[in-house]
Amino acid sequence: MLRLIRNKFLTGLCIGLSLLTLVPLFSIVVLVIRNGFPLLSANLFTQLPPAPGVDGGGFGNAILGTLVMVGIALVCSVPLGILAAIFVNEYAPSSKLASGVRFVAKLLTGIPSIICGVFAFAAVVMTTHKFSALAGGIALAILILPTILITAEQALLGVPYAFREASFGVGATPFQTIWLIVLPEAMPAIMTGVMLAVARAAGETAPVLFTALFSQNWMKSIMEPTASLSVLIYNFASLPYAYHIKLAWSASLVLVALVTVTNILAQVIFAPKHR
Amino acid sequence: MKGIVFFSAITLTLCFPRFPIPTMNRILLAASLLASSILPASAATALNGSGATFPVPLYMRWASDFQKTNPNITVNYTGGGSGKGVKDFIANLTDFSGSDVAMSDAEITNAGGNVLMLPATAGTIVLAYNIPGVQAGLKLSRNAYVGILLGLIKNWNDPAIAKENTGVTLPNTPITFVARADGSGTTAVFTGHLAAVSPEFKDKVGTGKSVTWPVGIAGKGNDGVTALIKQTPGAIGYVEFGYAENNKLTMASLQNKAGNFVTPTLESGAASLSSVTLPENLRAFITDPEGVNDYPIVTFTWLLVKKTYTDAAKAAAVKAFVAYGLTAGQAVAPQLGYITLPANVVSKVQAALATVK
Amino acid sequence: MGGNSPLTGSVSPMSAEYRRRPDIFRAICLFASILTILLLAFIFGEILIKAWPAISKFGLGFITGIQWSPNRDIFAVLPVLIGTAASSLLALLLALPLGLAIALFLSEDFLPPAIRHTIRFVVELLAAIPSVVYGLWGIFVVIPLVQKYGTILSAKFGFIPLFAGPAYGNSLLTASLVLALMVLPTITAISRSSLVSVPYALREGSYALGATRWETILSVIIPTAAPGIVASSILAFGRAMGETMAVAMLIGNSQRLSWSLLSPSNTLSALLANQFAEADGIQVSALMYAAALLVMLTLGVNIAGEAVLRHTQKATAGLR
Repeated sequence: MLRLIRNKFLTGLCIGLSLLTLVPLFSIVVLVIRNGFPLLSANLFTQLPPAPGVDGGGFGNAILGTLVMVGIALVCSVPLGILAAIFVNEYAPSSKLASGVRFVAKLLTGIPSIICGVFAFAAVVMTTHKFSALAGGIALAILILPTILITAEQALLGVPYAFREASFGVGATPFQTIWLIVLPEAMPAIMTGVMLAVARAAGETAPVLFTALFSQNWMKSIMEPTASLSVLIYNFASLPYAYHIKLAWSASLVLVALVTVTNILAQVIFAPKHR
Repeated sequence: MKGIVFFSAITLTLCFPRFPIPTMNRILLAASLLASSILPASAATALNGSGATFPVPLYMRWASDFQKTNPNITVNYTGGGSGKGVKDFIANLTDFSGSDVAMSDAEITNAGGNVLMLPATAGTIVLAYNIPGVQAGLKLSRNAYVGILLGLIKNWNDPAIAKENTGVTLPNTPITFVARADGSGTTAVFTGHLAAVSPEFKDKVGTGKSVTWPVGIAGKGNDGVTALIKQTPGAIGYVEFGYAENNKLTMASLQNKAGNFVTPTLESGAASLSSVTLPENLRAFITDPEGVNDYPIVTFTWLLVKKTYTDAAKAAAVKAFVAYGLTAGQAVAPQLGYITLPANVVSKVQAALATVK
Repeated sequence: MGGNSPLTGSVSPMSAEYRRRPDIFRAICLFASILTILLLAFIFGEILIKAWPAISKFGLGFITGIQWSPNRDIFAVLPVLIGTAASSLLALLLALPLGLAIALFLSEDFLPPAIRHTIRFVVELLAAIPSVVYGLWGIFVVIPLVQKYGTILSAKFGFIPLFAGPAYGNSLLTASLVLALMVLPTITAISRSSLVSVPYALREGSYALGATRWETILSVIIPTAAPGIVASSILAFGRAMGETMAVAMLIGNSQRLSWSLLSPSNTLSALLANQFAEADGIQVSALMYAAALLVMLTLGVNIAGEAVLRHTQKATAGLR
């Protein structure tokens, strides 16, 4: 009897805590929607930012810039993270190199976003003598690498060993096992990590500010200062002009929407095969 | 154009049918990246600048208006702080920079002497307050405001403040001073003035972009300080005039060197500027103006340009942009909360600008 | 399985010859691992090189001193270190139970799938919100609340150093609350992944032995998913320590040492964010020294986390 009471109590506690967390969650989402909605229009995607004191305009260049820089970051760190995780988990789990990689991944999580920017500044901006979207992308890549590595390793760990045994049993090589069996099975969990990484990369200001600066014009190449939504929000929200502050909120709304849409797409494309 | 290539490549990769590993997607993305970076850039001259955050709105407006009449030139100014602006300029990463504190001699040497400091506009720093029951027009004498900042005066109904404000009922509220948490040219100018009027302040706190204040809390950026002042009853802090004005903060009238209490306005700020004589290198810090109607805390802000550019097109573009700022650009300054440069200053700056090649 | 196949070229996978071929894929993965380690080495090396002038000038006094005055060239970060550790720890303490509760909620079937999917969607929405917006929300919503309730709290319980007044809106508590909300999606998403991947056979076995749902969860499912949960905590803690913008806007940026949750504080990341752009000379070096300390702090925390993990793994050894 006591066990049943305990059971019900814990269920209630769990539900209670979840609902409690939903309160601030809804508060912030409602704030973003309420403040961002008024200026929402197709113009935001096609026009350039307005000058202070002038109304109208949008932030199409910032949207493009964020997409490009997050894209570069993904291209750099997703393969690197997944491949390293495969090595650590499948090929040599008890080797010194594997422990080294796990250790390094955990250390990298604590690096403040601004240091990623500073490092990319020293490594890319100073060597190419330009602020660029490439440098911004690389800064973001460093930022998200630990997330991708750690979640990829967890995802691979989550694939039951029986799958690998069965695959070796029919004569597949390690490569075939990993590429055709383990990795597809781990994909949904890896995608969770990638989506968290995308969300973080799209919303970070400091690394991008130091490397890609900002621009009020359309992007022409990846080797020049580029606008991004996060820097736009940061800049505009700190101006004393009401119109620009409203535009900053709309940019936040657009950013959240873009990341969510990407998230949903990823979940649909990489849905778990069975369950 | 390249943007469209990019955008479509990214959308396509997202819609690609599921593949064991999305390598196809990544190959497509990498290919489109490569393609767009080797696609020829357009023939326009692009000017990039970074630096002081104070004049960001003004320079952005100038850039936008200038580009309308000069479609072959794109001008891009981002903030980041005076220090960053100077560092980026010395490292040759920007074509021009903004700085609230010009450049020190050491920095000029680091730049190889290839720099001109051109005053572009000016602004005032105000002490904005939030005292329950007190409207605009609080008068603060030199002793009063220095005392507050040193932590000697702790309450709003202190006699030192009440003395100058006989018609106002000052409540029994503790004073919360709000400073800047981030390093900033605004702090440098403000502390520069305080050190000039109070040897005790100079000794205890000193001047600089980032100092340790004896009392108070700190907010990030002018906007952070503004928000803190608005939310904290009994708060007083220093912000740029534009922020106080646009956020409808009540500003204190400060006692100047001549002994008068001056309300911060664009006119009183302009009055302080007109009495300044600029030296040869155009670097003048106005720590304590002497005129009768001068508001005591004003500063120029400088555009740093090179004396010689390796690219002739860039030199021409910089000259055209700065010339625009000195003429049509000055007309739009008051609208955004900046002080128009006096005519004698403008002519000196134009003369210096003409030497750029 | 003989004959040609696109994956193996012209060699049969059943032949001994095939097995002797070098595994190029393994080499690529090895390369990726080495690259990762090199990356950290470069970053940490860069930080140390830039920090060296400050390390040699201030030594350990940097860690124990309390004054940070850039204009006087005096730098020390003890209050900042304490603030960093306190805010991240508090954020994790708040986010872990809540995140785990939601993750359990989403992985078990207490409620119909439609509700679960909506909540999962909303939590992942939280992850998408940029850090600047968290800062703004903190300024408009959290600060007034903390100011109001903090004043009441310090009036009633002010004798406890943790709640000593005066209560500021910009305080350690505000920053910790917002940080907790920021790291919540990380904990929820990864823990949920872990919980869901616990083999169904284990659950069935537990129920077959007569355990109630919660006994199963607490004794079987959570310990099995523990590595994933700990991993999510490590990522969350790292994020909390590395978060710059939101904290810089909310924590009050005070260098004064105080035990109270309700007074302004500072973190290493916020310090870096506020001062880096305008810094030059020895100040840059001091900031890099602070960054190096932050990495050391992460190291310390991770070692502690590993110890916790080893303790829980004893119970689940052999299950895979």
